[in-house]
Amino acid sequence: MKYADEYRDKELAMGLARAIRAKAESGKAYRFMEFCGGHTHAIARYGLEDMLPDNVRMIHGPGCPVCVLPAGRIDMAIALAERSEVVLCVYGDLMRVPGSRGSSLLRAKARGADVRMVYSTLDAIALAEQNPGREVVFFAIGFETTTPPTAVMVRLADKKQLANFSVFCNHVLTPPAMRAILDSENPVEIDGFVGPAHVSTVIGTAPYEPFARDDGKPVVIAGFEPLDMMQAILMLIEQVNDGRHEVENQYRRAVTGSGNRRAIDEMAEIFELRDQFEWRGLGSIPSSALKLRPAFAHLDAELRFAMSELVVADNPACECPAILRGVKKPVDCRLFGNACTPETPVGSCMVSSEGACAAHWTYGRFRDHQRRLAS
Amino acid sequence: MCLAIPAEVIKLLPDDMAIVSIDGVSKEVSVALIEEITVGDYVILHVGHALAKINPEEARETLDLLRQMGVEPVEARP
Repeated sequence: MKYADEYRDKELAMGLARAIRAKAESGKAYRFMEFCGGHTHAIARYGLEDMLPDNVRMIHGPGCPVCVLPAGRIDMAIALAERSEVVLCVYGDLMRVPGSRGSSLLRAKARGADVRMVYSTLDAIALAEQNPGREVVFFAIGFETTTPPTAVMVRLADKKQLANFSVFCNHVLTPPAMRAILDSENPVEIDGFVGPAHVSTVIGTAPYEPFARDDGKPVVIAGFEPLDMMQAILMLIEQVNDGRHEVENQYRRAVTGSGNRRAIDEMAEIFELRDQFEWRGLGSIPSSALKLRPAFAHLDAELRFAMSELVVADNPACECPAILRGVKKPVDCRLFGNACTPETPVGSCMVSSEGACAAHWTYGRFRDHQRRLAS
Repeated sequence: MCLAIPAEVIKLLPDDMAIVSIDGVSKEVSVALIEEITVGDYVILHVGHALAKINPEEARETLDLLRQMGVEPVEARP
């Protein structure tokens, strides 16, 4: 695949690994958080941690849309899907995310709720047009990557005057989550951030400037391929060595300083900030999520169905909250690999392939086993 | 959800839609979020929408840089 395969070249990766080993000063610890779940997945899938020296460690961040959605919002979606007139459209990752008491959209579907997996927001529009007698609701989640496609859908539904279509909006923002990580009680020690790839194609590089300027944290925006990640780690090491803290862009082939202006304008026209929003693992964060503007309130499922906010406690044995803040690793959770696997997820980090626990279960645990055997 | 893929635009359609090819597999997607698009462009495709164009010059420069890093001797640090 053009623009993917060439960034997976083993020889080049070995060369980068050598460069990283040479640049990483012994006696100095380098702790970098990859914010984005796509990066977490790439690190685990390509075994990148094995190519790094012991004093360069990657910390998984909260940038997995499915992982940060609290159980209460899942319960709200399930209650919506169980209404006889509703067809709930969701991205596939959402089907198995645990709500309260072991519930999920998949189980609701098995009990008869009309839940449909869609690939694109446009599929939801088509469903509404094909089913005029049903209320089609799109369960919108994700960071700034999935928000513009939702905005396009809302505008289209408004233009087509679709009376049987609405959106259950759960879109969240990247910079407030990064801020919450840095400002949390007992925060994890971080020497720099690997900035998200596709979020940055939309928002550009400018929103990360405060973290570099005010918090002294280097940020390098990286693509999702293994060589992109390796180069970004090398750039972060160089910044730390030089005592610099800047926003650098490794993913220049797709990310510009100002981002995608059309997508930014579209989001601004359709959405406005919520005062507060509950995140799994990070608690309630002010101005961190979006809702539809009053001009599009007629397409807001929370208003149309008078949905009341549900807040439910996570399973107390589940370490997802601490894992999402980077404070703990998947293997620190006693449920990991026992009660909690991708087939029977207890916590959200085990659901999406971008979740830290799912990535470690699929790719990382075998290396843990080999290390144990070796020692 | 974030794992978008590069896709080549092979045909432009009305209403901000286009046919793209992903390793030979064709798919109809929205290009409403891209300002100027032409056949032959590569885009980052995400949940049925093109999010960004891939800049071929920047892609080549990144690869050249990566190749240099792999072959140039790096001064070891103490």
